[in-house]
Amino acid sequence: MASRSLTGVGVAAAPGFAAVVAPPGVSFADWRDYLALLKPRVMSLVVFSAACALLTAPGHIHPFTAFVAILCVAVGAGAAGALNQYYEADIDALMKRTADRPLPAGRVAPEEALAFGVALAVGSVAVMGLGVNWLAAAILAGSILFYAVVYTVWLKRRTPQNIVIGGAAGAFPPLIGWAAVTGDVTTLPWLMFAIIFLWTPPHFWSLALFMEADYAKAGVPMLPVVAGEAATRRQIMLYTLVLVPVTVLPWLLGLTGWVYGATAIATGAIFIVRAMAVARNTATRAAEMAPEKRLFKYSLLYLFLIFAALVADHVILS
Amino acid sequence: MKVDWTPEQTNEFNRRRRSRNLALGLFLGCLVILFFGITVVRMIK
Repeated sequence: MASRSLTGVGVAAAPGFAAVVAPPGVSFADWRDYLALLKPRVMSLVVFSAACALLTAPGHIHPFTAFVAILCVAVGAGAAGALNQYYEADIDALMKRTADRPLPAGRVAPEEALAFGVALAVGSVAVMGLGVNWLAAAILAGSILFYAVVYTVWLKRRTPQNIVIGGAAGAFPPLIGWAAVTGDVTTLPWLMFAIIFLWTPPHFWSLALFMEADYAKAGVPMLPVVAGEAATRRQIMLYTLVLVPVTVLPWLLGLTGWVYGATAIATGAIFIVRAMAVARNTATRAAEMAPEKRLFKYSLLYLFLIFAALVADHVILS
Repeated sequence: MKVDWTPEQTNEFNRRRRSRNLALGLFLGCLVILFFGITVVRMIK
């Protein structure tokens, strides 16, 4: 049988194996590469929002069933991340931020990543259905498909609105967490969905502003690349002005108490001030985009505080 | 089949394969515990 150069299967960069001849089908990955395929940092945010909805939902769920639900959300999100990395290996290789991921770095072969992602996606949905309930499983399946197909395959390379519509994929976890407890989806989880959906554009566009060169190099039509910095800053401000009132809605509608209401107003005011600083900035070089970097970091803290306040409100006032 | 690795590269390959197999073994063990737990909770209900 003819031997094959690692270059041919994209694993030439595997440390210690550069320019080595290897038999077909041999994997050079170790367990950390498979973990990296799951995008653990994205997974943590998804798990957090699902857990908050699960803790806020009325009714009782057995602690082990709750654990299974959160585990399935985590694994499902990881599967979507693996499928995303499988499809985007070519553009990941062009961007500094993503060039060392297991696929572009050559430590995992594309077919391995695809099989890994599909197996975890099917497994997480099946376990969610069998162990928790089928509504939560259906929403989980929808969110994986939305991220892997609608966002990754259809939107990301075609439209600057990619993360606006694609943001819905990251907004599903509260619906799953809620459905796991109650078996249905009511107004509050939909508002939680809306909060993440509206939070996504200011969060990602502030990142895209100071990473614009990377996205342009990879040919990804992010808003700053296509419409320019000024238009992106205006859009960040507009989405912020819609986001903050929506975060206050749960309190205004009487679905939460004052703990949440006060947190939403205070943190929202800071978000608006930071978005205004971005809107006023005219810098075009990443090094001069301190307001954008501050907004990006704050947006993560903001979402954490909003969802933590929902849980705190539920615990304190019930 | 010709595999012209140095002893160091062979050791590194074996180390990575061992780490993958250990992770897979742990994963399968956790899956057994998970299904056992789900069954017990369902029976209690």
